[in-house]
Amino acid sequence: MGGERGNGANSERGRSRFRNLWKPYSRVPLLGWFFGALVAVTLERLAGTPLAQFLGLQKIPVLFGFSVMLKNPVLIPNVILYTLIIYGVPTAVATRLCIPLANGIAASLFRFPMAVTAAAHLALLYAILHVWAEISDYRVLVLRLTLIAVMLTLSLNVINGYMGEFSCSHPGFMALGAYCASVLTIGLFVNAQLLGTASLPAALGPFLFPVALILGGLVASFGALFVAIPSFRTRGDYLAIISLAFLFIVKSLIENLEFVRGPRGLSGQPDWADLPTVFLWTVLCVWSINNFVRSTIGKALNAVRDNEMAADAMTVDTRRTKMVAFLFGAFWAGVAGGLFAHVMRYVNPGNFGIQNLAEVLAMVYFGGLNSVYGSIVGAVSISLLGEALRPLEIFKWIIIPLLLILVMIFRPTGLIAFRDLDVANLLKPKPKPDGEG
Amino acid sequence: MTSPFLQVRNMSHDFGGLRAVRDYNLEIGSGQIRGLIGPNGAGKTTVFNLITGIYKPGHGEIFLDGRKIDGLPPHRIASLGVSRTFQNLLLWRHMTVIEHVKLAHYSKIRYGLFAAFIGTPGHNREEAEIEEKAVRLLDMMGIRHLADQVVLNLPYGAQRRVEMARALATEPRILLLDEPTAGMNPEELVQIMEIIRRAHKELGLAILLIEHRMKVVMELCERIQTLDFGAVIAEGTPEEIQNNPRVIDAYLGKERAI
Repeated sequence: MGGERGNGANSERGRSRFRNLWKPYSRVPLLGWFFGALVAVTLERLAGTPLAQFLGLQKIPVLFGFSVMLKNPVLIPNVILYTLIIYGVPTAVATRLCIPLANGIAASLFRFPMAVTAAAHLALLYAILHVWAEISDYRVLVLRLTLIAVMLTLSLNVINGYMGEFSCSHPGFMALGAYCASVLTIGLFVNAQLLGTASLPAALGPFLFPVALILGGLVASFGALFVAIPSFRTRGDYLAIISLAFLFIVKSLIENLEFVRGPRGLSGQPDWADLPTVFLWTVLCVWSINNFVRSTIGKALNAVRDNEMAADAMTVDTRRTKMVAFLFGAFWAGVAGGLFAHVMRYVNPGNFGIQNLAEVLAMVYFGGLNSVYGSIVGAVSISLLGEALRPLEIFKWIIIPLLLILVMIFRPTGLIAFRDLDVANLLKPKPKPDGEG
Repeated sequence: MTSPFLQVRNMSHDFGGLRAVRDYNLEIGSGQIRGLIGPNGAGKTTVFNLITGIYKPGHGEIFLDGRKIDGLPPHRIASLGVSRTFQNLLLWRHMTVIEHVKLAHYSKIRYGLFAAFIGTPGHNREEAEIEEKAVRLLDMMGIRHLADQVVLNLPYGAQRRVEMARALATEPRILLLDEPTAGMNPEELVQIMEIIRRAHKELGLAILLIEHRMKVVMELCERIQTLDFGAVIAEGTPEEIQNNPRVIDAYLGKERAI
């Protein structure tokens, strides 16, 4: 420390040095970050366990060490060191080193049709997630639930954010999808008594699983009619109450249906919702919703939200628009519900209550209305936070709402609201700007 | 002469006990500019709302090109070629300028929902066409440089132009303008009148204009109707209207003998 006088100049110099250090990273394409992350997760796979033991941790900290830190604060420096050595430094170095390479590859990928470029990026993303999750079953579970949360949040954002109706029926749609898909898979492949027909050979199962999920989604869409039709004549608070009523109707319906074992719940779903399956469905969901909300038909949702009378006068069929928003949102909620049932391999009506509603709503409003980015950020951060703060038990439910309140004060529409997800812009290479170096 | 393009026959409408429009008749041939004037609360905007289907008339009939349109939902009427602007600017506040104009092509969209979900090549091609048309309209309105701005941040005059561009983007055959110059300064006034003239000439639109500024009405309109308490009290050319004692009474009040 160079004494009091030198401090200002020092910190100024330090800041500019930091800026210089950071500067190359503005030219990293998404592909470059993926390379860096892949290096980090591979390193963890190879050297994670010895390093963790060397640092006095029993095993690799599963979720960036949050639970270790909260249970045993003495280990906080060790966990931070671990995270830096495994994730921070390798990602930073690898990303920095392969900027030209990544830009080159991204540029040549960019010459292919967008579908190919996107598929290549997604494959790499999947590889990262796969290697990261393989360390423990817990990670796989958390990852799958997080991806399902992304689907739920995004599909709710279609209704609450893009169309601006406060719908509370999402867990209801999810329940319809979950139960429909479960009844089909259990009835057809596991337990012949449920549907009263012969079990199909289990080998067929994975092929018919998408069919079951889609049917679950369609049933949820059908249920959404009961909210969509009232929405023609009423909106705002009244529609919110109607949708809440729908949620309770679905819940008590399932509770009283002995066919699906009422409040005891359905168990024994086959284990078909593995990580690749959930990942694929999530990609499909994000992709189709993003396509939809960016098309002119999808922009009609925003017009109905901002001024319905003007939308009508500008030839927009507002009833069709509302119907599409509810049915499309409910479809993906239903699919997410089906996946949820097969990840947990047990569902009961209690899964789909007010608590679940509050979580999904929190994810939507935390992440940001009217934004695909926002939904992804909201769903991932709230679900990971929920898992990471689990050791705090009851205090978790004080910290997360507090965080939500803070976000609402400083960014009333959520973290990343009203932003389009432009895939081409996201994946494009970022070569050196002209006139520099 | 052929039958008028837009014809309103004996239209009346009540709000509760208040008769807002009384036995209103209107005939506009294609390509004509008509004015609708009258003191505040005379029922001018109600006439617009009745023609565009926001209210259903209690009595009377409305024909567009010989086809009965009263009772159709507003978006159907709009897609048949009746477009409008609003007195108090009903824009979609979170949307950008170009999105406003693109969305007004809604009824012309040929691709289906699933094409939008999947983003088929046909969908992309059509979106590109819509974009091109929208940019052309923005050019005509002189607001192309604002295309990616959210309308909430625009000055008032520009918002008026966005609304006009949006109304034209529905490819109307008749345009109902509800006080298009309200709140504009003299310079903007000249520009908007020029735009109305161009829309009339280049696109061959019939125009029905509600306006308080006499200068605008007198310069633009071929014939003018005057409404007072929901009823037409005078109809004629600008000169006739200007000198009509009933119109002067309606605006300035009756001269009383002391």
